[in-house]
Order: sequence, then structure tokens, then C-alpha cells
Amino acid sequence: MTGESPILAVSDLVAGYDPGVAIVKGATLRVAEREIVVVLGPNGAGKSTLIKAIAGLVPISSGEVRLDGQEITRLAAHLMVRHGLAFVPQTENVFALMSIEDNLQLAGAILAPRLKAERIEATYALFPDLARQRRLAAGRLSGGQRQMLAVARALMVSPRLLMLDEPSAGLSPKLVEIVFAKLADIRRSGVTIVLVEQNARAALAIADRAYVLAEGRNAHEGKAAELWGDPAVAQLYLGGIRAAPQGGRP
Amino acid sequence: MISSLNLQLLDLQFLADGILAGAMIGLGAIGVTLTYAILRFSNFAHGEFVSFGAYATLLGSSLLGAIAGGFTEPIGPFSFGWGVVLAGLVGMLLTGGLALALDLVLFRHLRHKAGSITVVIASFGASMALRSAIEFIFTSRPAYFSRELQIAMPLGLGVKITPDQLLLIVIAALLVTLMHLLLTRTRIGRSMRAVSENPALARVVGVDVASIVRVTWITGAALACAAGIMVGILVQIRPHMGFDLLLPFFAAAILGGIGSVPGALIGGLVVGIAEASAVQTIGAEWRGAIAFLILIAVLLVRPTGIFGKPA
Repeated sequence: MTGESPILAVSDLVAGYDPGVAIVKGATLRVAEREIVVVLGPNGAGKSTLIKAIAGLVPISSGEVRLDGQEITRLAAHLMVRHGLAFVPQTENVFALMSIEDNLQLAGAILAPRLKAERIEATYALFPDLARQRRLAAGRLSGGQRQMLAVARALMVSPRLLMLDEPSAGLSPKLVEIVFAKLADIRRSGVTIVLVEQNARAALAIADRAYVLAEGRNAHEGKAAELWGDPAVAQLYLGGIRAAPQGGRP
Repeated sequence: MISSLNLQLLDLQFLADGILAGAMIGLGAIGVTLTYAILRFSNFAHGEFVSFGAYATLLGSSLLGAIAGGFTEPIGPFSFGWGVVLAGLVGMLLTGGLALALDLVLFRHLRHKAGSITVVIASFGASMALRSAIEFIFTSRPAYFSRELQIAMPLGLGVKITPDQLLLIVIAALLVTLMHLLLTRTRIGRSMRAVSENPALARVVGVDVASIVRVTWITGAALACAAGIMVGILVQIRPHMGFDLLLPFFAAAILGGIGSVPGALIGGLVVGIAEASAVQTIGAEWRGAIAFLILIAVLLVRPTGIFGKPA
């Protein structure tokens, strides 16, 4: 990262679901505008808790989160989108019982009616698959389409920062490729992206930089390409994680 | 003997009675189904919202009547005056306020700390406390909005209906339609469905869950009040009126599918008509058992209800 002021600055964050039981035990992130930053780490490293704490979904006991210089530590989760931070959870990230259209309408509820209508049309232009089945309940979409809807939903509010928790989870390698290519497109449109991933190979392929978390703390950080080449890191945190084939793979 | 049996079979009065009772059950069941869908617990105090609403309206209309006698003058062919209408609107707000107050002092704390069974038991306690308080203040003697007698109009096929009954069916249909439109067409409705399906995701997309919870309490309680006023107009006002409806409410809500407003109404109609036909065919003493039987049958055959979505 260069000297410019970061869009996301997380400092010494300590967070956990139960008071006194920290899962994230002092994590620090610096993300510059238009960067793609991936947070890696073994299972139970606190990656998911970290991203949820930033999004306001997990209580923060100490540390600080700043979005574009403005402090958003402990801001209520529902206010995050108004500050330009959109989050895509790992599972159940669309309203399965609601139609695609209603999912987008809901996401655009904080916008003025005309702007909302424009954004919905823009979203359909960007994701033609969704446009063809507006009235379909989101729960009937395939895994890949559902992930696309979740991302489209998050983009409705034109966030400055898009955070995703394991966007590759449960997807076939082919779909992972498509979703990650979409993320690269989204970054080109000016959105900064932070993602948590188990699938280090796919994530590092599109990321600029990466943080490796272990036991709730920063263990390593560096440029994506360098990190992938670092044998110690690969051995400790990246290798083996996805070595065993997952369900849904050919 | 045979001819009287035929007459019995052709007597469709039970349908009119059943639809009427069903509309009131449906209005109450909407509150039950919304509370369950959004707050995730069975609110046993919902029946007391019905009674509270009826008594609040009674008190208000009596006050209005004392201020100006014109308020008690029956409107057109109906048995009640503008006092009941105005007091009813205020009563709906007050019942909403009661629900909010109950949530503030009781349910909200338990929701975050305890399991849903604890909240259900707490609502049972609230139900008893409210019922006793109402009985203490108003005594258990039945009360009436009006002493006017209504003449039933023949509708054909042996069915008779009073102007009050006709009006209340129309109002119930209107309220249910409004609720349905609110849930399906508006931002608040979409937010309510979102919170019902996935509260955490709802927060992520920008829904203020606390305000949706408040809206749920207010609408559910206001509809309960409307049901209470209807029972008061058609039957009588008693401290136990709401509690006696609780089982039919739950039967209707579960039959219709938890979270479904049209389902609650249809469930209410089925329960109401089944009850009325039981009164006619088996005997009035079996009326209360019908809701229970329907509840058991639905839970055995289709636990998600008519409009329920499989989990």
C-alpha cells in the first residue's frame, strides 16, 4: 500500500460474540481505494468474525474501524450501507422467499425512488441472468446465480467498499472463476473490495494484497503474488486448506 | 322427520355465521402470525389485546357519549354510533401502545437473553395479568356498545344477516386487503418479510430491525383491537373474550401458514365455518373443540399450513 489515506482502516480490533471471549484478538487492516484485499487464514482464525465485526454484526470490545477517515466502530449494522459499506455474508445472503425484484427493491430502500428504479435497471443490465427472472423467488436460483444476486444486491447502494465473506463457498471451480471475474470488473468500476477466503488460489489471483490471520491476529501480510510464492506462508496457511476436493466439484 | 332433516341440510345460515366468526378470528390471527414470523414466539397475550381494545373502545365511546349525546345515536341501520367508530380508532392506537409497552418492559429483555420458550411463558403471564386487571377494573359482567336491536335481513336460501354483520364483514375484508398490500407492495412490508426470513441479513441490507419490530407490534395489536370491537358489537364485551379466541387464532395462523396474512384470514374462515357447522350439526358444546381438532389435524398432515413455505 502506498502513502495515501486508506479507505478502510482497522486498528487492533478485538471482537467476539460473547463478551470476554475474543475471537478476533487484535487485527489490523489498511485498504486503499480501488484495491482488492483478501484476508486468508486457516479455519477458526477469526477471518469471518473480523469481517462481520467491521460490518457491525459482531460486538467489538476494543480497537477502531474507520471508513474513509470516519469512525464507524460499533455503528449499528443497518446504518453501514448509508456510510457506503456493503457486505455480502457467506451463507443465506439473499432473501430466498422473496423475488429477485423484491431483493433488489429492499436493498434500494434507502435510495430516492427514481434513483432506486435506475439502479435496479442498471443491475439487470449488469446481470442479465437476473433480469430474465425478476419474479422468481431467490431461493430457486442456482448457487452461482444466488451469489450474483447477493453481489448485485450489495452494489445497489453504490458502496465505496464491498466486503464479501467467502464468495467461493459451495461453488464449482467454474463458477468461482465467473464470480471472481465479476469482482475484478466491479473493482474496475471504482469499488474497493475486501474479501475473506478459504480458496486462496482463486482469491490471490485477483487480489492486490493479502493479510493472513492466525488465531485472531495478523500473521503475515504482503502483495498477493509474493504471498502466494512464500513457501512458509503457503505451507502454514494456504496449502492444504482446499487440497481436499469439496462437494460439487467434478 | 325427513323433511326437517332436509331443511337442516339446506340451512346455510351456518355459513354466514361461520364467515363472520372467521373474519374476526382471521383479524386476530394476523397479529399472531406476524408476531411469530418476526419476533419468533407465540404471543399468548394476543387475546388480551382483543379484550383491551374492546374495553378501551367501550370506555372511549362512553366518554364521548357523556360529552355529547349525539355520539351514541346509531348510524343509519347500524346498532352503534360515531362514538364507537372514533373511540375504536383511538382504541387501535392505544392497543398498539399497550403492545409496545409490553415489549419494552417484558419481551424485549427476554428476547435477547432467554430462549423462545421463556418468552412464550412470559406472554402467558402477561396474558393472565392483563386479563385479571381488565376483570378487576371492568368486572366480569358482560358489557355492550349499544342496546339497539338489529333486525336480520333475509339474503335468500334461508340465510339472514344483520346490517352490523354485513358492515363488519366488509371492514374485515378491507383491513385484511390493506395488510396484504402493506406487506407485499411497500417498503415497510418488504422489510417485515425480510426480518421474518433472516434478521441478520435484513440488518446488512439496511433494515432497522428495531423499528420493524415496533411496526409489527402496532399493526398486530391494532387488528386485534378491531377484532375485539367486532366481537363487542356482535356478541358482547367480557374480560375473557380475547382469551377464548386465542386457540382459534393459533389454529387459523398455523392452518394458513405462519407469516402469511392471506393464510391467516383463510385459516380464520375455515375455523369459523367449521365451528359454526359443528354448532349446527353436532351441538354447541363442541364448538370449542373444533379449533383444537383443526390445529392437531394441520400439524399432523401439513405442519407448514396452506400457504406456509417448507423450512
